[in-house]
Amino acid sequence: MTMNKEGRPTRGDAATADVVTFTGNKALQIEESLSFEKDAFASTGVDFPAPSGKHDRLGAMKRAGAIGLPGLSEPEAMRHFVRLSQKNYAIDMGPFPLGSCTMKHNPRLNEKMARLPGFGDVHPLQPESTVQGALELIDTLAHWLMELTGMPAVAMSPKAGAHGELCGMMTIKAALDAKGEGHRTRVLAPESAHGTNPATAAQCGFSVDAIPADETGRVDLAAFRAKLGPDVAAIMVTNPNTCGLFERDIKAIADAVHAVGGYFYCDGANFNAIAGKVRPGDLGVDAMHINLHKTFSTPHGGGGPGSGPVVLSAALAPFAPVPYVVKEGGKYHLVETRRAAKAEGEGTAGGRITAFNGQMGMFVRALAYMLSHGGDGVRQASEDAVLNANYILARLKKEMSPAFAGYCMHEALFNDDFLKDTGVDTLDFAKAMIDEGYHPMTMYFPLVVHGAMLIEPTESESKEELDLFCDALLDLARRAKAGESARFKASPMLSPRRRLDETAAARKPVLRWTPELGARAAE
Amino acid sequence: MLAAIGAKTVDDLYGDVPKSALNAKIDLPAHKGELEVERMMGAMAAKNRAAGAGPFFVGCGAYKHHVPATVDHIIQRSEFLTSYTPYQPEIAQGTLQYLFEFQTQIAALTGMEVANASMYDGSTACAEAALMARRVTKRGRVVLSGALHPHYAATTRTNVELLGDKVVQLPIDTGATEDLAAAIDGETSCVIVQTPDVFGNVRDLSALAKECQAKGALLVAVVTEIMSLGAVKSPGEMGADIVVGEGQSIGNGLNFGGPYVGFFATREKLIRQTPGRYCGMTVDADGKRGFVLTLSTREQHIRRDKATSNICTNSGLCALAFTVHMTLLGEAGLRRVAMLNHEAACKTADALSSVKGVSVLTKSYFNEFTVRLPKNATGIVEKLAAEGVLAGVPGERLWPHDKDAHDLLIVAATECVTDADIEALRSNLERAL
Ligand SMILES: Cc1ncc(COP(=O)(O)O)c(C=O)c1O
Repeated sequence: MTMNKEGRPTRGDAATADVVTFTGNKALQIEESLSFEKDAFASTGVDFPAPSGKHDRLGAMKRAGAIGLPGLSEPEAMRHFVRLSQKNYAIDMGPFPLGSCTMKHNPRLNEKMARLPGFGDVHPLQPESTVQGALELIDTLAHWLMELTGMPAVAMSPKAGAHGELCGMMTIKAALDAKGEGHRTRVLAPESAHGTNPATAAQCGFSVDAIPADETGRVDLAAFRAKLGPDVAAIMVTNPNTCGLFERDIKAIADAVHAVGGYFYCDGANFNAIAGKVRPGDLGVDAMHINLHKTFSTPHGGGGPGSGPVVLSAALAPFAPVPYVVKEGGKYHLVETRRAAKAEGEGTAGGRITAFNGQMGMFVRALAYMLSHGGDGVRQASEDAVLNANYILARLKKEMSPAFAGYCMHEALFNDDFLKDTGVDTLDFAKAMIDEGYHPMTMYFPLVVHGAMLIEPTESESKEELDLFCDALLDLARRAKAGESARFKASPMLSPRRRLDETAAARKPVLRWTPELGARAAE
Repeated sequence: MLAAIGAKTVDDLYGDVPKSALNAKIDLPAHKGELEVERMMGAMAAKNRAAGAGPFFVGCGAYKHHVPATVDHIIQRSEFLTSYTPYQPEIAQGTLQYLFEFQTQIAALTGMEVANASMYDGSTACAEAALMARRVTKRGRVVLSGALHPHYAATTRTNVELLGDKVVQLPIDTGATEDLAAAIDGETSCVIVQTPDVFGNVRDLSALAKECQAKGALLVAVVTEIMSLGAVKSPGEMGADIVVGEGQSIGNGLNFGGPYVGFFATREKLIRQTPGRYCGMTVDADGKRGFVLTLSTREQHIRRDKATSNICTNSGLCALAFTVHMTLLGEAGLRRVAMLNHEAACKTADALSSVKGVSVLTKSYFNEFTVRLPKNATGIVEKLAAEGVLAGVPGERLWPHDKDAHDLLIVAATECVTDADIEALRSNLERAL
């Protein structure tokens, strides 16, 4: 043992990697039971005065019997959730290169703005006279979205990207019905499309016809043309697409679908590659959702909330859902019902897709992001995202196999060719990244690429961070090729949990804690 | 970096974009510093009257409650705020475990066997319930109560009609007297009824549940004020097949209507037809307990056009806010705050019933009730707003085309309402009438 001058040990003896501790904890990683396992069913962490007991108009409807909800004191609750938080990876810790998901930095100014009482503590059904600033904010954000996309209208209420798709496709259906073209029931969507595209089309009552990709990763034009016909309602194309490539023939696609009387829905999940550079309105788009939680940096929050406004062409705008904001005589007004909309000569609105006014909290954050960046900064962010992705592509192609030749947009796509005969697959490779301190890239999506690995760095990563990331991936690729498959198969080894048995979870689903479960665990 | 890439300019990387469309002129202001942005947004925020700024009685699906400071601290932790949907469970156990706790809390509150990991909000959860009933019963007719929140009714109608199904909407029912059972026929997939309903009536669904079962339709119970479940019988106890609703009241602010957190609970045997995500318990390679997303073969990323729903991103962080608040409350705190709500509403109703010309229509309610005014309530609400009192939701706002509803005022009172607030409402209303 080495000692310092005072005889205090400065370094322990070589330790084994697999220390078994009494508590099961590993220093900063602390095991945490479920709140339901803490025997706290009678306690509470809040202090309200006792009810007077003088009023009770619930009669026979009063709840009897125990509900079964534990209550933790404030320090207990704080520890519970802080310990849980420390089992999560996050953008604030390191690169989170999930392709298509766009994990960029979330500026905290945006959080602060969303918590201003004038935004965060305002009720959706207050009189209009008391919410003029909230309506102004929605109107201002709408203006930015229309200007950035070159589109004349925007529906603000969709709650996420998929909800935006529903809104857009519903609007297309309403427009078709108004023209007496209800016979158009087929929607074309590339095989590389995100699952929400076909799911949305089906939810609108359309059938889905998949278009194959060509050898360059884009819509196969010949196959697409062959599928066109009088029953086509729309095509749903993601652009830049899910392979991280710009659809070169986008205008030809738009023209062709318009020529047969169909509409062009664009999935704008990847707008962050072109915002401020290219306006979808110049490409023939009729409707496109924008994930504010991707392009405009509202936090993903571990799976939402999001926000998915849909920009619309002039032809589709009259069929947008309520509510929407209009400005009349210097005052903002919220149009909330279909008939009110009609009375104002706005055509038949498409009904309502959610209660209230959309994701106001996300609007505030997105607008704070836009004002901070400005038109110039939004463009710069797109360029930097594309630059970073191409840098990764250029560096990694030495050891990994790009799915397609040429430059990419904001994300770099690889297939699993480089892992051939190594005994390591895409899943193993991704899990090994976890031990290196990275969140894995998107795996096995898009479906058109075998063993797909889709890497999206965003503009938030510095060159230093990118270099270390690339060095780490190159090292992993070399190790895989050098026959170290056992290490990959065993990974991750250093994370709070190792690989989890998903098959068992699905076979006998345990979806909630029950007292019986507790009893069984205690045995 | 460009050299490593082998490009001369960044625009070379955009070579696939049609030349005419690249670098379009965009007319937007230039970037601004943090101070200036705060100033601009602060000015907009200042034009709104915050709920907490004075007497406040607005409800109808969104409620002003006290949220402990701990909640906002937890949801702003980087590890929760800046993580993604837990697709890599080894490094997302924090998110997964709270989702499991959230599912357990919702199931317990609603009296159901299982609950999913959240929907966008109550209204879309309601629409999803109707779509699920269609899949389960293979029938195409939805019956909506006349006291279902009109935004929920409209959202459901939009979704159901997209598939060509029929919606039967019962007329406005302020007194919980409608005969929903009579509206069920052999084609009915589900009956959707809210409790406490939009007028505040706490409803006994037991008899309706039996009728639904006898006629092969599902009973969908909607709860827009989840705090009520700390005081009133759960829909599960009364025999509902699906319980959906809004969880905003616990942990989440008003936010002018969103983001909120929808919940979706049902019976275990129906689970394969449900929308949304689930978190399930399992073990890892070392045999340690852990959690994963599960039953995903229902979801869009696997099943595509055959998926039970297109939902992807949902309300993760709002579900966390709910879970933290609920964990602080516990059953004891929930029951207590629920009764405080109920007492505040009773006191408010008593105060208003003393005002000449005002009649309280609701008899059994939780924290919200309906009064009939001697004239159109919209103008009265505006008048009181000018005096700093937000009195409630006027009927015209929710039923613009139904004149009978225009003199109704729906009043909510939560634990945040003080005796002085109640007096301000009473005296200002008296003066305004
Ligand atoms: C290409 C694409 N389309 C649609 C979506 C759906 O968006 P959301 O998750 O916001 O519903 C996503 C994101 O998950 C996506 O990557």
